[in-house]
Amino acid sequence: MYKYDQYDQAMVDARVAEFRDQVRRRLDGTLPEDKFRPLRLMNGLYLQLHAYMLRVAVPYGTLSSAQMRVLGDIADKYDRGYGHFTTRQNIQYNWIKLEDAPDILADLAKVEMHAIQTSGNCIRNISSDQYAGATADELIDPRPYAELLRQWSSFHPEFSYLPRKFKIAVIASATDRAAMRLHDIGIEIVRNEQGEIGAAFYVGGGMGRTPMIAPCINAFVPLDQLITYSEACLRVYNRYGRRDNKYKARIKILVHELGKDEYTRQVEAEFAHLLSQGIEPPLAELERIKVQFADPAFETGLPDSVDRSDPDFAVWVDRNTAAHRVPGYAIVTISLKPVGGIPGDATADQIRLMADLAKEYSFDELRVTHAQNIVLPHVRKADLYALWTKLDEAGLSTANLDTIGDIIACPGLDYCSLANARSIPVAQKISERFAGREAEIGELKLKISGCINACGHHHAGHIGILGVDRKGTENYQLLLGGSEGADTSLGQITGPGFDEDGIVGAIEKATEVYLANKQGEERFLDTYRRVGMAPFKEAIYG
Amino acid sequence: MVEVQLRFRDDDAVADPAVTVDAFGDQTNAAAVRIEPGDDARDLLPHLERIRLVEVNFPSFGDGRGYSAARILREAGYTGELRAVGDVAVDQLHAMRRCGFDAFAPEHPLDPAHTERAFATWPEVYQATTDDRTPIWKLRHG
Amino acid sequence: MKILTGNDLKSGAVTWWAGNGWSLHVEDAVDVGTDAETILAREEAARRVVSGYAIDAEKTADGVRPAHIKDRIRAVGPTVRLDLSLKPADPAAGNWVI
Repeated sequence: MYKYDQYDQAMVDARVAEFRDQVRRRLDGTLPEDKFRPLRLMNGLYLQLHAYMLRVAVPYGTLSSAQMRVLGDIADKYDRGYGHFTTRQNIQYNWIKLEDAPDILADLAKVEMHAIQTSGNCIRNISSDQYAGATADELIDPRPYAELLRQWSSFHPEFSYLPRKFKIAVIASATDRAAMRLHDIGIEIVRNEQGEIGAAFYVGGGMGRTPMIAPCINAFVPLDQLITYSEACLRVYNRYGRRDNKYKARIKILVHELGKDEYTRQVEAEFAHLLSQGIEPPLAELERIKVQFADPAFETGLPDSVDRSDPDFAVWVDRNTAAHRVPGYAIVTISLKPVGGIPGDATADQIRLMADLAKEYSFDELRVTHAQNIVLPHVRKADLYALWTKLDEAGLSTANLDTIGDIIACPGLDYCSLANARSIPVAQKISERFAGREAEIGELKLKISGCINACGHHHAGHIGILGVDRKGTENYQLLLGGSEGADTSLGQITGPGFDEDGIVGAIEKATEVYLANKQGEERFLDTYRRVGMAPFKEAIYG
Repeated sequence: MVEVQLRFRDDDAVADPAVTVDAFGDQTNAAAVRIEPGDDARDLLPHLERIRLVEVNFPSFGDGRGYSAARILREAGYTGELRAVGDVAVDQLHAMRRCGFDAFAPEHPLDPAHTERAFATWPEVYQATTDDRTPIWKLRHG
Repeated sequence: MKILTGNDLKSGAVTWWAGNGWSLHVEDAVDVGTDAETILAREEAARRVVSGYAIDAEKTADGVRPAHIKDRIRAVGPTVRLDLSLKPADPAAGNWVI
């Protein structure tokens, strides 16, 4: 894992002092709210429906157990005993006091954490593959590149007042687990025909009210030009992204309106200019970072088999573990989606327990996934049963990864001031209705957003739900056929919306159509793609 | 005209009124020009030798185009005064300075105690720009 | 009736204008008639409230009921965590929202 040196620490400490001063000026009246608002947002502090909300960055989703423990302690000390893991691999607290925010940032800084740029019209926390460094299907660990970009994007002097927020994801596996092409910039680390490592840039993706899949604008940027190329992409956006309409201000609209070719031409021209400016860190810096992501001390000669005599355990192993590249190890996903629970929420005690388990079983490391779960990336297969037993005692052994109960849901109208409808109660009802049918229905990614901003990724769900406000009452639209993997696609709306009970019934009908039409090992998405919308529509509205 | 509150230059201030970017191309004797957010700073590049003052207007502090305009001019070798005017607040000074601004004429005067602190906030910087600060990666690797 | 709501600047807590100060309880809200802007400008300048706004509400047998569901959720708390609401002992608090 990356460790701060004195420079990184000094920067985070300086940010805490700066924000403490800004909060003091807000409270003494020197700084009015309209000027303070963007400053607090760039420190992750929102004013939400019930209180201030603080979003803490988990860079590329990676945490040590000491960091995870502090996240639990903050939930107890400053909040109401729980936290919410988000679709951008961060954690947010819902009941924060403005006066406490600088102290929380100071507590975070002690374990090399922060809330820098987790909101605001700037470059946000950089997300990545939650299986990075552990999975057999990756080219290379993408996190060193994400860390290089984290430092470049932190407090960037030119890009703190962009037209709109800016999200970057970095992956290095063709099995895209980070929704890479639905980001403002998606970077895939690739190998070219000469065997060299470089970066493919996908620019202009996003969800929100105008979902778009990012086109590739450069299939191979050499690693010693990664920062310079990123700077060129951002400069063109900062200069020409629309500022007349907040809903058209994301880079996807610029790329769409200019056309991919013209945007690319402008980026390449800016890039050619910036190459002469000496803004690229030397490759030695990348090497310095890479060393810190070296493998933990994996043991060799470990047994690769698992004792499956406990049937509940066996179900969990099949559902919630993934292949590790080192024999004898597994990647474990801890589901934060208990039946009827709030997707992504964890109590302070659960957070601390997961920290302890990471220390005991996973080389001190955890990951947050964009699907709002927690990963222990390096668990010996021989330890899986002991781990599962402890998770089970804490209500953390739900075996539903990537099934209909593993729902992504935004906080919705229960917490969010932008929402039009509640998301969580819908998620709870669906998860209760389909509990126990994970094996029958198989992989089915269901995603719920409480408004058109799409924080719940509804466009990218095999089944998506969008909450809208219909004359003052909550109404839910149904979408089918979205995906955010290597086969990214955008869901289509089935037709008129439903009330809360109606949407659960409509999903039940959709699963019936799938089960009736399924061929061989087809997933819900495969069947939908083969048979199309018509039979689903017929069953739902007919 | 709004007063220049902060200036990091030793030469005499330019008293000429600044003309628009559009007018500038035609007015061959003008030495001061004012860039609005929608202007292309690169239109000035053929004339840099005779420009002694560029004002970059920030009608609203949330519109960050002026930061790019400033860097583009400095990257092209402009050495004259680069003045941020308009909705310039103490919390933006550091980033503006890093982008090449060396004079500030905020529409609402800033508290000198606050401005001093603003420039002293950051012990180091992560990015290389045309200013004289050494980025952290260079400190690490020489 | 028109009532005023906002958040306490320091704590962020949802508050309602009660005529002589801000209350955590929507039932204390008073009709401000046409004075909304004057009161909000004064209270925001005094840094007692942030993000204030006026809403429609009606006086019912159960007290003051904001017209929009969003403000009813603000008045009670998250419907999925009524244990954290202002009425943790009232299992019917969630029904009032809808």
